[in-house]
Amino acid sequence: MGWGRFALRRLAGTAVVVLLLSAGVFGLLYLAPGSVQQTLLGTRPATAETIAAIQARYHLGDPVTVQYLRWFGDVLRGDLGTSIRTGAPVSGMLADRVPLTLALTAYGTLLAALAGIPLGVLGALRRGRAADRLVVTAGVAGLSAPPFAVGLLLLVVFAGWLGWFPGYGTGEGLADQLWHLTLPAAALAVGAVGMLLRFSRAALVRELDQDYVVFARARGLAAPVVLGYALRNSLVPMLTAAGLVVTGMLAGTVLVEVVFALPGLGSLLVDSVTFKDVPVVQALALLLTLLIAAVNLLVDIGYALADPRVRLGGGAS
Amino acid sequence: MLRVEGLSVRQPATGRTLLSEVSFDVAPGESVAIVGESGSGKSLTARAVLGLLPAGLAASGLVEVGGRRVDDDPRAQRRQRGSTVSLLMQDPFTLLNPLRKAGKQIADGLPRGADPKTEVPRLLAEVGLPADVAGRYPFQLSGGMRQRVGLAAALAAAPRVLLADEPTTALDATTQREVLALIRRVQRERDMTFLLITHDLRLAFSMCDRVVVMYAGRVMEVGRAADLRREQRHPYTRALLAAEPPADRRLAAIPAVPGSVPAHDAVAGQCAFTDRCSLALAECRASVPPLRPAGDAGRLSACVRAGDLPAAPAPPLGVAAPVRTASEPVLDLRGLRKTFPGSARPALAGVSLTVAPGEIVAVVGESGSGKTTLARCVTGLERPDAGTILLGGRDCSDYARMSREAVRQARRTAQMIFQDPYSTLNPARTVGATLKEALVADGRPADVAALMELVGLDPALAALRPANLSGGERQRVAIARAVAGEPALLVCDEPVSALDVSVQAQVLGLLAGLRERLSTGMLFITHDLAVVRQLADRLYVLKAGECVESGPVDRVLDEPAHPYTRDLLASVPDGTSRWPG
Ligand SMILES: Nc1ncnc2c1ncn2[C@@H]1O[C@H](COP(=O)(O)OP(=O)(O)OP(=O)(O)O)[C@@H](O)[C@H]1O
Ligand code: SF4
Ligand SMILES: [Mg+2]
Repeated sequence: MGWGRFALRRLAGTAVVVLLLSAGVFGLLYLAPGSVQQTLLGTRPATAETIAAIQARYHLGDPVTVQYLRWFGDVLRGDLGTSIRTGAPVSGMLADRVPLTLALTAYGTLLAALAGIPLGVLGALRRGRAADRLVVTAGVAGLSAPPFAVGLLLLVVFAGWLGWFPGYGTGEGLADQLWHLTLPAAALAVGAVGMLLRFSRAALVRELDQDYVVFARARGLAAPVVLGYALRNSLVPMLTAAGLVVTGMLAGTVLVEVVFALPGLGSLLVDSVTFKDVPVVQALALLLTLLIAAVNLLVDIGYALADPRVRLGGGAS
Repeated sequence: MLRVEGLSVRQPATGRTLLSEVSFDVAPGESVAIVGESGSGKSLTARAVLGLLPAGLAASGLVEVGGRRVDDDPRAQRRQRGSTVSLLMQDPFTLLNPLRKAGKQIADGLPRGADPKTEVPRLLAEVGLPADVAGRYPFQLSGGMRQRVGLAAALAAAPRVLLADEPTTALDATTQREVLALIRRVQRERDMTFLLITHDLRLAFSMCDRVVVMYAGRVMEVGRAADLRREQRHPYTRALLAAEPPADRRLAAIPAVPGSVPAHDAVAGQCAFTDRCSLALAECRASVPPLRPAGDAGRLSACVRAGDLPAAPAPPLGVAAPVRTASEPVLDLRGLRKTFPGSARPALAGVSLTVAPGEIVAVVGESGSGKTTLARCVTGLERPDAGTILLGGRDCSDYARMSREAVRQARRTAQMIFQDPYSTLNPARTVGATLKEALVADGRPADVAALMELVGLDPALAALRPANLSGGERQRVAIARAVAGEPALLVCDEPVSALDVSVQAQVLGLLAGLRERLSTGMLFITHDLAVVRQLADRLYVLKAGECVESGPVDRVLDEPAHPYTRDLLASVPDGTSRWPG
């Protein structure tokens, strides 16, 4: 199995998943409480004309499958409809807010990786000793702390009491923006640190017990080379964890953006749900699906890069 | 070159002692084997020499490598690894880093300043591999090739002492012989000091100048290989050698010592072999007998009676395999074929064989020759693509198409015993419950005690779960369950290859007895020709799914007609230094 076929297969799989989920996303319109017309009307008065206009515009008379195909065709062409709340095109609203959420997620992942993986490695190397116990405890604490509460705590301590970081807003220019995003990213990262730490520690502990590590040491390989062997082999479980962390963080942005008053996708989602702005909610759900599918695809490609057996179709051994 | 004195290994957390008072030395260029059954402490000794004990274990005692005391100096030990002393390990499938190309792994061990571009191909050539192996990942290599890559990697820093811990146990017989011949050639060419760890006394005699015999974490006997082979000065060594069945003649019975290897602490303060020794005296229990010179030069024995051991009985004479009268076969296979999806060549390419009631028919061949597929087809675990399987005259070629009653009937006719009894016994149930279930399922009175006695198990073990039994006891339980319904056919897939020789001898004796008493026919899958010689009446030799030779055991093994059979025979260690060639 070569690279091309591997990539093709994974891409096809991703496309199927996205297609299936898009049907679900379209169904949101019918799942929302109240009739479809009411939902689409929003706060506008329900007169005969407005209802007829809605009927015509959304082709509500057509069979549901036709409606879905039409909607999906529009989506493919980049037309996500108009917001009921603001009347603006949904695609424009998303485009305004995507960069912030992506930046926040990336920043949070980076922070989590920088803290979690080295701590996990440290724990594995000092297995059973005081440093390890500390690391494990920290991991449990991080995992069980809800990002919302952590966000508030960080806000009170670092923005309120100490005043080191701004409490809200996005700032101007790269440095200022980073400075503004640090607290929210840290709030997102706390849980992820716990997860990465535990996964990387467990994976490395397992690898360090393997025969190939003993053999490498027995033939006198330098300690960093041996650690490199073990780390490389624990990469696959760590990638799995990283994938979970990133998707979890995408979900976590919702609360954190609200806490820190950041105009990202998360706060848009909260506003739109409150307002029953179904086209925006649909678009956001679809975007999230795509992002998560993309993350999983990247993780799969990562597996293949990390493990030649995946790429070259080797056996289990 | 290598000296170990008074080495003990303990587990401080539990207070257990695993090894004590282990002493031996190896002169420069000499080869010494440490021999013992599973759990006797061979691997721990090797790892203590390298300073690489598993976490949680601590060693004490003197270890000297290359004239330098290292047991109290972990940094010196670290510096010595690779360049002074190196280790080759047992399992070629776990020994290499699965994610790194073979050549790179070898290059990682090269001394600083060496050029991988010239050195790696040179090392590969030294172990008999083409240079392009360097560019392959371990999973793209066969077991034998991986072990050769392992050897090349262990040699990369030009060690003066090579330790090899069961380097070929996981390999096929013919591959084992090739790899051992290679190791010996390399050892002689490089004039390395060599410490071989093995459970096979004959292999040790063939490969090494001197032999150290260990039992329950202690050294029992030390001597030159040729001397030790001729005469043993410790009853355990004698028993160990006697329990290894010869491949060249059939014995009336394999001498088996009852019981199994105890844990070190269970026999503290006495001779570890006391409970199994037929010569034991009161003084054997009074204290641990120290290693003392006994007889010829360099011989040491830890037996208080080393000086007055009765002369070893003459090697038992061979007997002819009993002739059985032909009768209706209980198993009749015709033209069995099976190709697994996605594999290029068939696992079985038209195999025909028969088993008569009370007859033991052996199927031998290397791994991948189709032996296990054959066994699984007979018991309905695998469906053949073509061919017929007649069990007790009934067609059982396709279990999926048989009625439920016919399947039940087939299962009562044929039972299976596997290599690893642990995976086939329910870990949550006691032995008694498992056996009772088997008896009741067959509509027999639930006389568990009688069944356990039949297979030589103490009925008191009925209350235990499989995890609390030894390997030999577990295999007996599996056998008891299989024979509970007195099946006409037992299909045994490598039933003794995971067992220690002394336990293997017991189980082989048990199977031979069951055949006489229950008149059970057996299809006996194995790779071990010595076992075949002792047990089987007839023999089929499989190669790549095809039967290349068959006939009565004595005829096939004494006058093999096919070159492949000759290869298999030549790969059995004979205990002389001519082997492995
Ligand atoms: N990491 C460990 N922790 C605790 N006990 C251990 C450990 N490793 C080995 N032992 C125990 O030490 C004893 C000797 O083990 P060792 O591995 O040296 O035996 P061995 O002679 O190499 O056996 P085998 O032929 O099965 O490889 C055994 O009783 C085993 O259970
Ligand atoms: S010391 Fe005693 S018990 Fe031990 S082997 Fe010798 S005779 Fe047997
Ligand atoms: Mg061992």
